[in-house]
Amino acid sequence: MLRYITIRLLQGVVVIFLVSITSFIIMQLAPGDPVDILIGEQQITPEQIAAIERKWGLDRPWYVQYFTWLGNVFTGDFGTSVVRTGQPVREMIFEAAPQTIKLNLLSLIVSMLIAIPIGVLAAVKRYSLFDYGSMVGATLGIALPNYWIGLMLIIVFSLKLGWLPPYGSGSWKSYILPVAVLASQEMAILARLSRGTTSEALSQDYVTTARAKGLRDRTVVTRHVVRNALLPVVTMIGYRIAFLLSGTIVVETIFAWPGIGQLFFNSIDRMDYQVVQAIVLLLATLVVVANLVTDLVYAYIDPRIRVR
Amino acid sequence: MSIQAATEETPAQAILETGTARRSEWSRVWRRFKRYKPGLAGATLVIALIFIAIFAPLIAPYSPTEKVGRRATPPSAEFWLGLDEIGRDVLSRLIFGTRVALIVGIGAMAIALIIGVTIGAVAGYFGGTVDLALSRVIDALMAFPLLALLITLSALFEPHLRTVVIVIGVTVWASYARVVRAEVLSLRERDYVIAARAIGARSPRIIARHMLPNVIGPVIVLASLDVGSIIILESALSFLGLGVQPPTPSWGGMLSAGRSLMRNAPHIAIAPGVAITLTVLAFNLMGDGLRDALDPRQRE
Repeated sequence: MLRYITIRLLQGVVVIFLVSITSFIIMQLAPGDPVDILIGEQQITPEQIAAIERKWGLDRPWYVQYFTWLGNVFTGDFGTSVVRTGQPVREMIFEAAPQTIKLNLLSLIVSMLIAIPIGVLAAVKRYSLFDYGSMVGATLGIALPNYWIGLMLIIVFSLKLGWLPPYGSGSWKSYILPVAVLASQEMAILARLSRGTTSEALSQDYVTTARAKGLRDRTVVTRHVVRNALLPVVTMIGYRIAFLLSGTIVVETIFAWPGIGQLFFNSIDRMDYQVVQAIVLLLATLVVVANLVTDLVYAYIDPRIRVR
Repeated sequence: MSIQAATEETPAQAILETGTARRSEWSRVWRRFKRYKPGLAGATLVIALIFIAIFAPLIAPYSPTEKVGRRATPPSAEFWLGLDEIGRDVLSRLIFGTRVALIVGIGAMAIALIIGVTIGAVAGYFGGTVDLALSRVIDALMAFPLLALLITLSALFEPHLRTVVIVIGVTVWASYARVVRAEVLSLRERDYVIAARAIGARSPRIIARHMLPNVIGPVIVLASLDVGSIIILESALSFLGLGVQPPTPSWGGMLSAGRSLMRNAPHIAIAPGVAITLTVLAFNLMGDGLRDALDPRQRE
């Protein structure tokens, strides 16, 4: 187990390194010199320019620049925003991150609470009307573009009915629409998955044994089937984080939600590359860590994996 | 597993039904595919969409880029889906938009397949350091939130249909590489591969002739399921203003334009959303059907 953890950790470090170098190179390809942009945006003295160039090694070859950047990142310094004159990128991210985390956590909880029972029930009542209905719903949910669901919900609940605010983050009401949009796709995927794993668990020998012992159906499902069926579902959630974060960008843009997604999109729009680079690196690191934790948790819960 | 047992036919049945015991793999795949009705419906819709895309100028009642009436006119007998924010016919734009969706969906998929299958096969076949290095590249690509990477890349280049196809193609191949790598890895020590090597076949030949044909099933399934998500990605990019540029009609762009008139003319934003959903649904259902037909192991 220790060996497994070590290997996985090393792999994770290599992956984050690759991600950081890729995002750095992409930003190098971006049109415009950061210093030129700085000069264009604000009054800046030659001394200040020299200081910035020294700090980020802009007068040196790109690989020196990369390691300078990486070194600064390690000390928690992601540079300063060009658009919001001189505001540290770190501050901007700390400001936006809680908004995104709240939104995503809520969506995850909502989608699990709704989708897993639906999936399990659909598998237990296989080929019933409920099964067909929920799976048709899930298939549709996967095909619906989330930003379109967002627009439709705004049309109905904000513009026509006037029940919920169409954008912004404020009272609990403002959470309902963005959470619904983010959760809808997760729900579709989780419902299909938990239906699949439940029906597989239902066909296992231990279920037959439990039934043969004379346990009631309800007990068999809750005590024997669900516990085993939910394992892959729970770990799937760890792997879904990358997708969830992608969805956040669109949803936050539609609902003008002041989170990481909107910050990212606005920064792209205004060519504020220090911010973009920092967000890309952070998101990718988050995904790597989430996958790593998921793998380890999976190995910990499921002895069959640990042995391999 | 019981479903699979039912779809596998005994040789005797095969003789009875067709008069011959030998039956090509593809005709068996087709038979299995036909059994899953939603898959058949999806495939039919996909073919219909391809026809619509090819014959768009003949089918579309009006020009997709010219003003034909008052802006934001609601649907009527003359304009079935109404007019958009400039006064162009929504239905005609929707029909021409099929082209963009399919070109991006299929084009980007083709690029992703070529890169993914090549890298996956090389990693799986050669193993060792090559595999170690390529696998980390695959991991790194999968660690990027896809849309963030796409948005970043699209912002760097001139927005154009070609850019969108290439950018999506070079970012979504990782999952194919992963699947092909695992499959090739499992085939490496098979007897027929060892035999091919023993008679002096070179590595590219072994990969292309002996391994890839055995891998193609799961790859086709994955690809057909992914065309849908690529179409959603493209429309999301266009929606954010980074995809295909106006006046070229793209569904995501139409949605984005309809957004400002949501209150008084919701029809502009509703129509392209339905088109995207139906198209994605068609590819997904076809993919589900193909999975049952080609890759019984992966069935849910």
